[in-house]
Amino acid sequence: MTKLVTVEESIKERNNALAEANRRRFDESKTFVVNVMASPGAGKTTLILRTIEALKPYFRIAGIDGDLATSLDADRMAATGIPAVQVNTGGTCHLDAVMVQSALEHLDLEATDLLIIENVGNLVCPASFPLGAHINFLIASVPEGDDKPYKYPKMYRGVQAIALNKIDLLPYFDFDMDYFRQGVEVLNPGLAFFPLSAKTGEGLVEFHYWLREQVRTFLEG
Amino acid sequence: MHELPYAQTILRVALEHAERAGATRIVALEIVVGELSTVVDDTIQYYWDIISEGTIAEGAELRFRRIPALLRCWDCGTQFRLDGEHLACPNCGSRKVAIIQGEEFNLESIEVE
Ligand SMILES: Nc1nc2c(ncn2[C@@H]2O[C@H](COP(=O)(O)OP(=O)(O)O)[C@@H](O)[C@H]2O)c(=O)[nH]1
Ligand SMILES: [Mg+2]
Ligand SMILES: [Zn+2]
Ligand SMILES: [Zn+2]
Repeated sequence: MTKLVTVEESIKERNNALAEANRRRFDESKTFVVNVMASPGAGKTTLILRTIEALKPYFRIAGIDGDLATSLDADRMAATGIPAVQVNTGGTCHLDAVMVQSALEHLDLEATDLLIIENVGNLVCPASFPLGAHINFLIASVPEGDDKPYKYPKMYRGVQAIALNKIDLLPYFDFDMDYFRQGVEVLNPGLAFFPLSAKTGEGLVEFHYWLREQVRTFLEG
Repeated sequence: MHELPYAQTILRVALEHAERAGATRIVALEIVVGELSTVVDDTIQYYWDIISEGTIAEGAELRFRRIPALLRCWDCGTQFRLDGEHLACPNCGSRKVAIIQGEEFNLESIEVE
């Protein structure tokens, strides 16, 4: 005779326990953490470098890089003068809370106000693996097309802010901004949205001002 | 690739509940997967066969139950199923809609001996 045992547990929530442990550590050391996610080539590294440059006068910044496609990204972060760690994901398509935990061994969180994590370039699974970040940040880009929110609803629902990068290329692509924004709005109503170009610098001031306020509010809170 | 940690969590949760129920063997697991969840059944099954070996869950059957995505219109209250890219309310055309079902990935129950 077999018997049925009711379980009713969310597998994802159980997976999230490790991220919560990271989060407690960040809160204790007063470190604001941003998890940057995007497809490969969307402009994560470019935007991160420009953000480090813009916010360095205000905060002590550190970086973790988990991007497989460009293993030199951590070096590029370090070249700006901040502590940066490259995470070897061993071929995995996303960072997870444990990988971040081991990267933290190489950083002094007490001396870090803002930690920027560049996730592996991928729109599918990073959204399913929370790291404990305060802000999950998605970078979309014009060449990827305006239908991405519809194709990757999970990613668009799991973030607290989004940048649309490479708007300097709008004249060359058939990108319907209203269609894109409608998709974002349905999936994630009221989401902070920053159209910008990490190349020309257009729209960067608004984004940097917003992020600076987020970090400042956190540090004062 | 990300199905491995999920399979491990399923195993861990199932073993916990089986132990609490005083079971000696897990025969089957019922897993609910929402349409918007990015979980691939076959891949879970693949890892499951490997990691359950040597546990009381070895050879247990994984029964996946898919549930559709459901949306609700904020303006008129109509509930409707997600239909491709059409996110607007079929009744009033409003685009103010919320997802009320479809993101689940739950271990519902286990069958034990
Ligand atoms: N036209 C244009 N190119 C950009 C912009 N931002 C980044 N790129 C280019 O896109 C390519 C990929 O950028 P990268 O930052 O390495 O992307 P990642 O893979 O997401 O880290 C590089 O050649 C960048 O110079 C932008 O705003 N406009
Ligand atoms: Mg990069
Ligand atoms: Zn993955
Ligand atoms: Zn309606």
